[in-house]
Amino acid sequence: MDYFLSEEQQMIVDVARQITDEMIIPQRSELDETEEYPRDILTSIAKADLYGLYIPEEYGGLGGGCFEMALALEQFARGCTGVATAFAASALGAYPILISGSDELKQKYMPLIASGEKLAAFALTEANAGSDASGIQTTAVLDGDEWVLNGTKQWITNAGEAQIYTVIAITDKSKGPRGATMFVVEDTDPGFTYGVKEKKLGIRCSSTRELIFKDCRIPKDRVIGRVGMGFITVMKTLDQSRPGIAILGVGLGQGALDEAVTYAKQRVQFGKPIISFQAVQHILADMAIQVEAGRALVYSAAKHIDAHKNDMSKASSMCKVFATDMAMKVATDAVQVLAGYGYMRDYPVEKMMRDAKILQIYEGTNQIQRNVIGQELNKEYMRS
Amino acid sequence: MKIIVCVKQVPDAKDVRLDPKTNTLAREGVQSIMNPYDRHALEEAVRLKEKHGGTVTVLSMGPPQAEEMLREAVSCGADEAVLVSDRAFAGADTWATTYTLAMAIKKIDDFDLILCGKQAIDGDTAQVGPGLAERLDIPFVAYVRKINDCTANTIRAERLMDDGYDLLEIPLPALFTVVKEINEPRIPSLKGKMKAKKIDITKLTAVDIEADPEQLGLKGSTTQVVKVFSPELKGARAMLGGTATEQVAQLYEKMSPLL
Repeated sequence: MDYFLSEEQQMIVDVARQITDEMIIPQRSELDETEEYPRDILTSIAKADLYGLYIPEEYGGLGGGCFEMALALEQFARGCTGVATAFAASALGAYPILISGSDELKQKYMPLIASGEKLAAFALTEANAGSDASGIQTTAVLDGDEWVLNGTKQWITNAGEAQIYTVIAITDKSKGPRGATMFVVEDTDPGFTYGVKEKKLGIRCSSTRELIFKDCRIPKDRVIGRVGMGFITVMKTLDQSRPGIAILGVGLGQGALDEAVTYAKQRVQFGKPIISFQAVQHILADMAIQVEAGRALVYSAAKHIDAHKNDMSKASSMCKVFATDMAMKVATDAVQVLAGYGYMRDYPVEKMMRDAKILQIYEGTNQIQRNVIGQELNKEYMRS
Repeated sequence: MKIIVCVKQVPDAKDVRLDPKTNTLAREGVQSIMNPYDRHALEEAVRLKEKHGGTVTVLSMGPPQAEEMLREAVSCGADEAVLVSDRAFAGADTWATTYTLAMAIKKIDDFDLILCGKQAIDGDTAQVGPGLAERLDIPFVAYVRKINDCTANTIRAERLMDDGYDLLEIPLPALFTVVKEINEPRIPSLKGKMKAKKIDITKLTAVDIEADPEQLGLKGSTTQVVKVFSPELKGARAMLGGTATEQVAQLYEKMSPLL
């Protein structure tokens, strides 16, 4: 379907498509096997100027928004959701600075992130703080001109690869939700190390590790926004970033549909290509409907978010739930169409099915998203 | 450093068909691409510019449609693009082509290095690079696989040979043709694409380059294509049977008259 992209937006799609077809697709199977971080692909993405898509021009970016970022991510995820996750994680790490950071912090970090010279990562999750972010145990204490961080962050995407980390820690336990603060931690800060690399079901080439802070000392001016507004920054960050996860579902779904249709046209059973059988056609038709519906919703939500910074939670959560549940279903159906061959690692659809699962889990499980949507509905109908 | 890169638009090799009636290349509906070897020449020029400063100008002789390829070259890092285009150039062989390109380069005038792909994938002659160097009377190196370092007056390069490579130091200005081993061409950048969309491509005609009409196109070509045909596959095939020893004996018997 034609979404009437501007010339500039079409260029983003074209550049991202070329990187996907020429670099990501040829390497994805090996990256999945070796679980190696896709450094050369990410370097090419940086050279193609795509790390700065969502960053304002004054900070070295291209001045686009959520929607422009989605156009690039959709292409990458069509090739490999692992690579796309590694790329997107830098934006997730950058958003807190962009949303709440002082101009000094933005001037210092955003141009480096926009050029792809440095990667960022976002650190919220801990062993006892997943869906319930209030369970955070990492602490930060002010000591003279320095903050001292202690604690462990878990399952941090880009950990060990990024140079700039945006980390939430408790600065005043007595203040509850207003007692958390976000900081920028650099990879070279003393007292900061990483845990072992996790072994995952899918998105294996992306790096997932612990961040370990043992008396990690950082300068006082690394606070993002004001002390105590950490949770607000986190919520705004996730509202902004979730369409990025949603679009990975659309890209993955499109990739799975492409594989399934191509295979169904070639595979001959009972003397005919299996695409001539209605049983197969209906599966493919349902896949195509779902992918297009997902795309339409994510594009609309991304445009809404770019235009309405103070009213984005519901749109953000709705597109994340729909598109990622869709990706899981479509990838599973693609394996069904390819059947025995689809279950083998010789074809990419089994990887797509493994990769799809995380989309329903990370950046807020789809159950948590439904809570958000429900709460927003409740608020909306109270007003009227 | 001022670098000129000569690029040619060729039919995509993935998509080549012969017209069964005329036996010539069917160009209708066939996608055109930048000659792959020229892509490596362009990449090397852009890398040299990034390292040493300077400018990269892409130059092509071709029909007006070649403009699209020149814009692609700009999106990959070229600063300027020149298209030499005129009906009078039609049917040029490598002799007439080098004449035309040489006249255009004399018009551009200022350069330190000219890079070309080692050959084009359509004609496959590998003659334009060396021919052009001869016309301009500058040093020429073929099969360059690496450019090491350069000063204001000299450049060092490695020439790929069957049994290794030659390390050469060449005075500038010079012309190199490059092999694909030299680099991995980049994917166009977003800013490059935006620049490519806006850039004014310099267009030169036969009159602009002050060319002698007698030396252009078909008229100026020493090669005349008399006939194009697909060679018939001849040669009989024989399968040898028996044990390996017996097969070797049979093979020797068949081959001995030829030895």
